[in-house]
Amino acid sequence: MMTTTLTILNKDSMTITREQDVVPCRNRVKEVAIKIGMGLVNQTKLITAASELLRNMLRYGNGGEVLIEAVSKGRESGVRLTFIDKGPGIADINLAMQDGFSTGKSLGLGLPGTKRLVNEFDIKSTVGQGTTITILKWKNG
Amino acid sequence: MEKIPILRMGAFLLVTIQVDLYDRLALTLETDLINMVHKTGARGVLIDISAVSIVDSFMGRILGNIASMTRVLDAETVVVGMQPAVAITLIELGLSLSGVYTALDVERGMSLLQTKLGPNDELTDDDDDADDTE
Repeated sequence: MMTTTLTILNKDSMTITREQDVVPCRNRVKEVAIKIGMGLVNQTKLITAASELLRNMLRYGNGGEVLIEAVSKGRESGVRLTFIDKGPGIADINLAMQDGFSTGKSLGLGLPGTKRLVNEFDIKSTVGQGTTITILKWKNG
Repeated sequence: MEKIPILRMGAFLLVTIQVDLYDRLALTLETDLINMVHKTGARGVLIDISAVSIVDSFMGRILGNIASMTRVLDAETVVVGMQPAVAITLIELGLSLSGVYTALDVERGMSLLQTKLGPNDELTDDDDDADDTE
C-alpha cells in the first residue's frame, strides 16, 4: 500500500480540458521533481509517463483533474501524480494493460509503457463513472 | 497557429524542434514536412530533437510516420540529437523507433544523408532520367 507512512509534503492540482494544457502540466510536474532533487533520467521518465496519461485523459476521458504531490516515506522522497477523469471508464483493465492493445489508433504503449516508467502504478476504473490512475516515482527509484 | 519552421538546404530539409510539442503541433509538422518533401523534391529530411526534453509514444509514432511517408516519396529521414535520458525513457516505454535513421548530432546526420543520396546525385533539382527501364 502506498498510503502507509507516506507523508505529503506539497500538494497542487491542475484541470486539464484541452491539448494546450498538457505542456504547462508537464512543466509543473518537472518543477516539483527538480525541487525534490530528482535526477534527469527519472525526471524524464516521470514526465513521459505523465504525458501518456494526460493524453489518455483527454482522448478517452474528456479531460479531468491532475493532482501533483511531493511525498516522502522514510528517507526517500518522490512525486505522486493522480489522474482523475469522469469519462466512460475502462471495461477490461487487464486488456488495457497489455502491450499493443489500443481502442484508438495509437500503438497501445500508453498504459503498459507508463507502468514500466514509474515505481508504483495503480488504476481504478468504473464503467460509466470514470478512471483514476495514480503513479509514483521515487527520487532514486 | 504555431508552426515549426522547415528550412531547405540543398536536397535536404532541416527541422529543429525548439519547443515542447503538443499533439496537434506534431501532427501539423508531419503534414507540413510531407508536403514540403513533395513540393521541393527533397531527398532527405533531418530532424534535430536536441532541445526536446521528452518523446512519448505519440511523438515516437509521429517520427516513425514521417520516416515511412518520406520513404514512400523517395526521401530518407534522420533524427538527430536525442538526449540520453530521452533515449533511456523511449526504450523503457517500449518504443524502438524502427525504420527511423538516427545519428548523434546534426553533422553526423548530414553525412549519413549524403551517403544515402549517393555520389552521383546532385544537390540541385533531380531529373528522373537515370534509370532506363523500358
